[in-house]
This record gives sequence, structure tokens and C-alpha cells, in this order.
Amino acid sequence: MTLLSDQQMASFVARGFLRFEAAVPEEINAQFMAEAGEAPEARPERKLRATYGSLLAESGIPEIAPGTPLFQAYPQGSAVERLLGLPLVRGAIRSLVGEDPVFDHHFLHVTFPPRYHEAGGGENVSQHTHQDSTIDPRLSFDVQIMYYPHAVTREMGGTRFVPGTHLRKVSEVALGRYQNIRGQQHMVCEAGTLLFLHHGLWHGGGVNLSDGTRTMFKIRLHASRSQQRQWDVGPAADAQRPIFLVKGRQPADTVAAILMTPEPWFEQDTGRLEFVNRVKLWRYLTDDATYDADYWLTRLEHAPQVFA
Amino acid sequence: MTEKRGGGRQKVMVLYLANSALDSPVVGWAVYDGTGERRHMAGDSDTPPYATGLDALKDGWRLFQASQLLPHHRGEEHDLAYLKYEFFFEQWIGTP
Repeated sequence: MTLLSDQQMASFVARGFLRFEAAVPEEINAQFMAEAGEAPEARPERKLRATYGSLLAESGIPEIAPGTPLFQAYPQGSAVERLLGLPLVRGAIRSLVGEDPVFDHHFLHVTFPPRYHEAGGGENVSQHTHQDSTIDPRLSFDVQIMYYPHAVTREMGGTRFVPGTHLRKVSEVALGRYQNIRGQQHMVCEAGTLLFLHHGLWHGGGVNLSDGTRTMFKIRLHASRSQQRQWDVGPAADAQRPIFLVKGRQPADTVAAILMTPEPWFEQDTGRLEFVNRVKLWRYLTDDATYDADYWLTRLEHAPQVFA
Repeated sequence: MTEKRGGGRQKVMVLYLANSALDSPVVGWAVYDGTGERRHMAGDSDTPPYATGLDALKDGWRLFQASQLLPHHRGEEHDLAYLKYEFFFEQWIGTP
């Protein structure tokens, strides 16, 4: 398997996602699409819910109970079982959630083109931006793998997500009011692209304005053993780099530089708290309670003392 | 569609700013158009409608609500949740 590097892990901690373009071979993509099945054609008066229900019922993707060991969850030789066996996928899962990950749930997300909505009398709109599950105060995290088995164009909508939002503790779609956030990304990708998301990343399905359906398959998994130092851990943390008064560009590929890179939507004050929370997560993952970047936590940890 | 009632129609714009000052940069936004002329929705624009809240005022939007500045609870000072600097603006199309 191919474990993640320090830089990839730091990027996941900072931004809440890792993207692997066209990582799944075409043969597996084609097998997955065949197993998923096709939605019945739109019919007048037929509600979209009924169409979707029929697709799920006839799909070759099995029902699986939460708590199943991930690598025993899918039938041998099935597209998803083969996907989970790819060295890149195995390595990313191991790096992010450790040994013996556990299946939480999966879902076949199909976004329908306008004619289905017109036939069923519903409105064709994007999904409100949300954080999955419910308020989750943990420092540890679950991972959601989003698999795009066919190419996705901008017209097809694609998953919208906001890098760096994953450390905010919000209540699912309570944030639905935020239509657009600076720096948001829309998944436009080649077939076989994978997104590994921190469970807290804000996201939503885009509106499909094309002629065809759009398919994305999501699997949520969680750790059953240690989540710490499971990737290809490099040398010890960098020494503190100079801050504020700096006389030129500093290296951009160090863990500290990656953790201290802001997102376009950061508020000026809470952006600093995002840095604090990234350092806390890096400390947890590296099992190093002394790690710091740009002195954000060290500065706060000086205990008030009276020196005699 | 139900028959339209008489009177004006309200357009609401919500801007999320980089700090509590109205002339700070826009980091998030939403528009709800009561005239029905345009259906705004999540992900429909990657460019803010205005650079700052002040620019919206200059363009005729009326501010009617701003988020409060609240103290931070002890022990929860580093917890982050929703966007902090939320400003609601409106325009009336026609006579209310």
C-alpha cells in the first residue's frame, strides 16, 4: 500500500480533504456503473422519490449494517471491494484511520437532470450546504470516501465543498443559509476520481443542468484502533520558523507552512483560531503534545507565574 | 403557483464579512429574491456580489440586521461554529 506523506496528512488536517484524480482504473469504474444500475427514464407524474427508490432497490450495491469491518463489507470481486484494495486507497485509509477500519454507512448519490424534476413536479435546485451526521465534538475524525465513477462536468453540478471548514462544530444543515462561501470548490473531475473527506467538511450536491444523471458513491468509515502516526511519518517536526517580521518567502512545503495557510473565507480573527485548532489536531495525530506552528499554542500555554 | 398578492416584493441579501466592520471584505453571501425573477441557490456563484458591506449600502441596499458581538465562554474560547459577522440587507421592489 502507498501511505500518505507528512505533507499530505498536514494538508488533510488543514483543509479537510485529499483529492486523487482518476485514481480508479476505468475497468473498475465501468463495473461499478453496471452494478449501480441505471435510473428508469423520467415519466410524467412520476415523483423523483419513486424513481430513486426503484434505482436503489434494483441496484447491485448491497445493504450493509453499520459496524461491519470495512474490508469484509463488500462481496469479493465487486467493484467497491476492488476499489478498496487499490494500493493508493488502502494506504490513504490506513494513514487516516489506522488498522481495521469499520464501515459506518454508504450511499449511492444520484443527481437527476431537469426532465426528471419537470416530470415529477419538483424543483431542480442544489442541496443546501451542510456538515454530515450531527454535532460532533470529537478531536478524532471519521473519513468519507467520495467516488466519482464517471467524468463530471461543471454543468452536471458536482459536489460543492468548502476547504478548511471541517474543524467547526455545527449542527448539520443549520448553516444552509450560506449559499456561497469564498474558496468553495465544485467537483469537476475525470472518471475514477476520489475525494477523502474529514467528516466535518461542509459540502452539498450541485444542481444538475446537463442531460444525464450524475452518480457519486460515498462510504463513511471510522477507526477501531489508533489513528496516530499511521502514515509515512517523516523526521521530527520542524524548528519554529520566524514569524511576522520575515524577509522573504519561506518554504511552502513544510508541515508548519501547510498548517498555517489560510482559506479565502477565513474571518480575520477566527482564522487564527482555525490555526490553533489545526495545531491541536496535528498534536493528536502525531502524539506530540509539544508540537506548535508559528507559536500559536505555545503563546497561550505560558502559565501565569510570578518570578521571584 | 398561488396568485400573487398586491404590494411590493422584498429581496434579501445576507453578507458574511471578515470582521464586524461593515467596510471589511465579504467572505460569504446569499440572496433570496421575493420577486421571483431569479432563483438563487447554494453554489450558484463563486464571486461575491460586493467587495464589502459598505459597497452594498452605496448600491442602495438597506441594512436591517447585524450579528451581535458576544463574549467567549470560558473553556470554549477556541471552539468555532457558524460564521460570525452576518449582515442582512433588503431592497423593496414596488410599494410595500
